[in-house]
Amino acid sequence: MGWRLLIGIALTLLRARLRQSIVAAASVMFGIAMFITLTGFMSGLNGLLDGLILDRTPHIRLYNEIKPIAVQPAQLADSSGHVFVGSIKPKEGLERIRNASAIMDALGNDARVEGVAPRVVAQVFFNVGTTELPGVVNGVDPLEEARLFRFKDYLVQGELRGMLQANSIVLGKTLAEKMLVDVGDVVQLTTARGERFLLKVVGLYQSGIADYDKVQCYASMQNTQKILGEPSNYITDIAVKLKDLDEAPEVAEEYRGTFGLDALDIRTANAQFETGTTVRNIISYATSIVLLVVAGFGIYNILNMMIYEKLDSIAILKATGFSGGDVRIIFIGLSLIIGISGGAVGLAAGLGLSVAIHHVPFTTQALPAVKTFPVDFSAHRYVIGIVFALITTYVAGFFPARKASRVDPVQIIRGK
Amino acid sequence: MSNGDPIIETRGIAKSFHDPVEVQVLKDVSFAMRRGEFVSIVGKSGCGKSTLLYILSTMDTDHAGDVLIDGESMTGLPGDRLARVRNEKIGFVFQFHYLLPEFTVLRNVMLPGLKLGLHTAAEVETRAMDRLRMLGIADQALKLANQLSGGQKQRVAIARALINDPLIIMGDEPTGNLDSHNSEIVFDIFRELSTERGQSLLVVTHDDDFAARTDRIIEMDDGRIVSA
Repeated sequence: MGWRLLIGIALTLLRARLRQSIVAAASVMFGIAMFITLTGFMSGLNGLLDGLILDRTPHIRLYNEIKPIAVQPAQLADSSGHVFVGSIKPKEGLERIRNASAIMDALGNDARVEGVAPRVVAQVFFNVGTTELPGVVNGVDPLEEARLFRFKDYLVQGELRGMLQANSIVLGKTLAEKMLVDVGDVVQLTTARGERFLLKVVGLYQSGIADYDKVQCYASMQNTQKILGEPSNYITDIAVKLKDLDEAPEVAEEYRGTFGLDALDIRTANAQFETGTTVRNIISYATSIVLLVVAGFGIYNILNMMIYEKLDSIAILKATGFSGGDVRIIFIGLSLIIGISGGAVGLAAGLGLSVAIHHVPFTTQALPAVKTFPVDFSAHRYVIGIVFALITTYVAGFFPARKASRVDPVQIIRGK
Repeated sequence: MSNGDPIIETRGIAKSFHDPVEVQVLKDVSFAMRRGEFVSIVGKSGCGKSTLLYILSTMDTDHAGDVLIDGESMTGLPGDRLARVRNEKIGFVFQFHYLLPEFTVLRNVMLPGLKLGLHTAAEVETRAMDRLRMLGIADQALKLANQLSGGQKQRVAIARALINDPLIIMGDEPTGNLDSHNSEIVFDIFRELSTERGQSLLVVTHDDDFAARTDRIIEMDDGRIVSA
């Protein structure tokens, strides 16, 4: 009863100043709508930009670095004296991951792992007339790559299935343009060992990073192993996708010890992306908070004005038995009603604006899968928005309400 | 209804204003008022009669001495407890009507009743209509407060003072803003409340004619009661 009466009084006071109340609520609405739109858009862009690298980058890459053995055999033989070994060279053939299938089974059974994809990397030269263009053929499992690393999104021409045929290859788009070939044409390449192969182009790949598209090509594991003249258990890389990206550094460290391989985690490899994301988020949140603070000052002003106009009413409410606390509830209630209504409309307006932006065409060379502006619609943003609206209006209402609660009715009534 | 314990009693009330200079407006004021009395407080302007009324009303707590309402000491009670006492036991009629302009007449009368919370909203509305009818303004119930004439507004204020069946009605120059015709109406209402319903009334006035027709006159001068 008590609350309903006080809120009823607040509503009546608001209705009597409908225009001002609407202006106040509109300022909150504007702040919240901008918050939702800005952060949603910013977050969508962040996701897109991060996706450029992060989606395709394994969370952990296991491989063998070509490097000299840390402890030379001569050092093991006699530990009493000093052993000097000069001109140490890495041994050939160390790229291969030994016992790869057992390692993959172990990774597949790890609960933290979302998926595992084996890779073989082959350095090649493409023969175009008399010139040779360097290239890297990544031997992959096309279906697993598509599932884990969005391979299909970047396949601008051709079909994923085509890669399963023998002697097929997917070329980087820039590379294909340089070689003047298209899907269906045949290219000739020379391996590091000097062997030549004819491969049919079954697709074009565009990552959005020009340097990457100039050299990187994809083929199935079997085709790549054939180019290299290696058996089907020859694997040089294992790409691991984790369920939680944040665990990557620790898990990488663990795998390094367990499997005796080099393990590169995504955090170490791409630290700058996280920084960029954080900075962009800070900017969009700061802008929205400024908007809301401005709205808060508007509410503060309107309430202060209202209290001066309503001194008589406050005095008589107190004279007839409403306590200072009741008066405070009335005026904070007023502010919160403005905040809730403005905030709710703001959420809807923000959603509408986000949808509108999401429909604006946006095509870029760099991002073949993207046709319109990316917008993030995750629900937590809307929760934060309404909480922001409530906090701002509560703070804006708090001081005027405290002033109202301290009005001395005797002063007002005797002043007449 | 009459006699019995005093409904309001003061013991050695004293009060000073410190700004701009030290002025003692009330000096050792002690008196008691019994149930059903119709009392007026008169005195020259500045003699402290209004100050005394606001101390009695519990709104002004900055004073020495003790006020007892219905036998209960008001000294040191917290603000919300005092608000409850005003709500439950005291009805106010001021020189100015102090109706809330955003609310209808009926709602204005109902507000203290809704605050008290002893009755449901529907019951409070019935009680408010009864009081408006008694004061002859039931037909104005659904108008906004500022659409009424001065005399009507003052009658609404009286209806509001009566909504919780207060122990006492306090008036601060309740006829001060009214013409003689409306003053007469307001006095007649007070008189009727006193004689027919045994309502206790304490009215500050400078209208000697008004005071002369009350049961008891308390005369004040320079912060003291000179005759009661």
